[in-house]
Amino acid sequence: MKTPRFLLLAAFATAPMLLGQALKPSDLLKLPTDSWPTYNGDYSGRRFSPLTQINSSNVHTLSLAWATRFAPGGGGRGGVQIKSTPLMVNGILYFTSPNHVWAADARTGRELWHYQYPPNTGSTIGNRGVGMYGNWLYFESPDSHLISLDARTGNPRWKVEIADPKLDYTSTVAPVVVGNHIIAGIGGDHLDNPGFLQSRDPETGALQWKWWTTPRKGEPGIETWPDEYSAAHGTGQAWIPGTYDPELNLYIVGTGNPNPVMAEKSRKGDNLYTCSIVAINPDTGKMVWYFQPSPHDTHDWDAVETPVLIDGVIDGQPRKLVAQASRNGYYFLLDRATGRRIVSTPYIETVNWAKGFDAKGQPIPDPAKFPAVDGVLVSPSSNGATNWQAPSFDPDTGLLYVGTSRSYSMYYLTDTDDRPEGWGGLDQGVGDGGNALLAIDYRTGKTVWRHDWPSGSGVTHMLTTAGKLLFTGNGQNLIAFDPANGKILWHAGLMAAPSAGAITYLLDGKQYLLVAAADGLYAFTVNQAR
Amino acid sequence: MLFRKLTTLLFVPAVFSLIGQEPTFGGAARGGVNAAANATAAALAGSKEDPAAVERGSKLYASNCAGCHGVTGRGGAGAPDLVRSVLVLDDEKGILIAPVLRNGRPDQGMPKPQLSEAQIADIVAWMHVQTYAAGHRGTYAFLDVVTGDPKKGETYFNATCQSCHSEAGDLKGIASRYEPFALQSRWLQPRGGRGGGRGGRGGPASPRSVVTVTVTLRSGESFSGPLERIDDFGVSLRDSSGEYHSFFREGATPKVEVHDPLKAHLDLLGKYTDADIHNVTAYLVTLK
Repeated sequence: MKTPRFLLLAAFATAPMLLGQALKPSDLLKLPTDSWPTYNGDYSGRRFSPLTQINSSNVHTLSLAWATRFAPGGGGRGGVQIKSTPLMVNGILYFTSPNHVWAADARTGRELWHYQYPPNTGSTIGNRGVGMYGNWLYFESPDSHLISLDARTGNPRWKVEIADPKLDYTSTVAPVVVGNHIIAGIGGDHLDNPGFLQSRDPETGALQWKWWTTPRKGEPGIETWPDEYSAAHGTGQAWIPGTYDPELNLYIVGTGNPNPVMAEKSRKGDNLYTCSIVAINPDTGKMVWYFQPSPHDTHDWDAVETPVLIDGVIDGQPRKLVAQASRNGYYFLLDRATGRRIVSTPYIETVNWAKGFDAKGQPIPDPAKFPAVDGVLVSPSSNGATNWQAPSFDPDTGLLYVGTSRSYSMYYLTDTDDRPEGWGGLDQGVGDGGNALLAIDYRTGKTVWRHDWPSGSGVTHMLTTAGKLLFTGNGQNLIAFDPANGKILWHAGLMAAPSAGAITYLLDGKQYLLVAAADGLYAFTVNQAR
Repeated sequence: MLFRKLTTLLFVPAVFSLIGQEPTFGGAARGGVNAAANATAAALAGSKEDPAAVERGSKLYASNCAGCHGVTGRGGAGAPDLVRSVLVLDDEKGILIAPVLRNGRPDQGMPKPQLSEAQIADIVAWMHVQTYAAGHRGTYAFLDVVTGDPKKGETYFNATCQSCHSEAGDLKGIASRYEPFALQSRWLQPRGGRGGGRGGRGGPASPRSVVTVTVTLRSGESFSGPLERIDDFGVSLRDSSGEYHSFFREGATPKVEVHDPLKAHLDLLGKYTDADIHNVTAYLVTLK
């Protein structure tokens, strides 16, 4: 990094330290090549790297530099699933699984430290990683605490409760650092508890602001609920890190499903701001605009998928845009200053739950496809046309790459009480019309090319680079495509399916491709002739 | 050569099934009794409360509390929902609930109940089962799926399904082998849990649903049998003698033809109306 790090280090130096590990918040404003300092690599959510050392001409020589497995006890297979996108800052990798944080040498894969959070009753479904500010890391625990660690040692500095774990909240989000704000979402939709996003002070963990994902009495949007009570129990968790536009000073993030999840009787209305894309001022916690991909959702289609920031051209005019391939099967392109819709269109052909679009370009849900006691057949399934797995946007091709499934489920209502609670229903997968990697024209939402997978999940992570490469996974394979046409250029079979988005960075002049798969990290480089 | 044949006797488990996409939170459903009014047996077991105490608590709740808080504990006129109550959710072994049941909340209109400590403990146990049941999808029970018209279902069946299935043949007595919900799940997707979603599985796959593959080499030599594994880079199968064959793939070489006997079921997913589904189920449940 080119910024005078020593100033920052001097400010934080209180203990013996490894030099050169700190990350200035202002570093996050650049498009990095020598680091991967935040969940999506940069604030845009594009997961696009300008690096070209690994490129379409030499990718066939891409080979393993190192592979390391991580376990709570050190060594061996411990059931670890690394669903976090690792950070790489100054030669050190930071990554997580529920209750665990590791640091490893990015040159060798050697474990530097391992932090284990005490046993607790929170859900261990996944953890998306850490946020970094100076020498401090931020990590969410299954029982909804925010823990700050010293990145040099893994020693905890403090922890604060960010949601009541007894109310069935559980937290998986990688906190996002914006200026001096640690923005933390939470998860958990089992028991109709309020949803919120919050910002914490990086030094003390003190609450800076809390934004409720559903309105309170007298607030705009309360008219989309029958009453204050149903809104206050309407959930809408923001469980995936959002993106940030520094010029507009907007943190753009998706929110999850309303509660009760599949039993809608007691929450008639659009149920704002659940299943929404919202733009929040990170300094005040105030919402600036919203767009709702799934008004009155009844199918668990969290609209949390990364809202990707695109500086594009529409009708000859340069525009600041945000795109989302949403879990409900629709692609949305919005003006990111206003939230106004430019494109709304399905990206899988099997979608069958909407009756067209409202004036804002939001799908109108068909009541005939609300879950019913005897079942209704809906595409996609509750797992969605896509899910939390990271998409990627390549500015060179103008294509958004999304892992998809044309899934169907029967959706059953199981709670017929006038006051349903929790999920109130279930869906049962009944097959799919195939799983595919889609390359979507951001301007139209139309698929330019597709790759249908012969087997395995289609909902996988994406990474693109200026080396004219698209990396993704299928089954246990890590695969490189030509992003322009979908031709497969390279693959490697790993010991497990890639479990988080691949990252890339330059270290000592060498470009690395790094991916997590179950309990392992795999680093690849192009070998140079000697 | 772009590919090379590998022959081995190693056993390789089939991995054709979908690798599950991650649900956001939670688990799968299993059958049981009606969930609307009573927590299921699964919820009782999962809550780890004493069944006898819960049974006593259920009766005590009905006679002492249900009048205001509703028969399911979800609130009534002027009385709060107990299942969503933060006090109940935060409670452990009655530490928070018991004082309320001992003293009532006269300031909020809740009279003081006349309950012994043992009775209070029983009601607390019952309440914890209710919150557990609401919050754990794995304990939910599916309800009645037989709502369709069996005559219309028979007509649909004769027009659409008869080329592969018959009332007198493979489906003879099918309604005696499966409960209605399992039957609906099974006929929609006979391969069981394939595909997304969270619900219960439809049971083990039928031998008739086995996916087979034919691999034809450039030489014209071909191999056929149940598919073991396929991706963009390889395909493997086990032939009729039980021998395992594995092949590299590169683009269209070798030629690979996958035959899924259940493709017709998948193709129909885009064609059924919900009424078709309910009618066919109503017809099939008559095939005792």
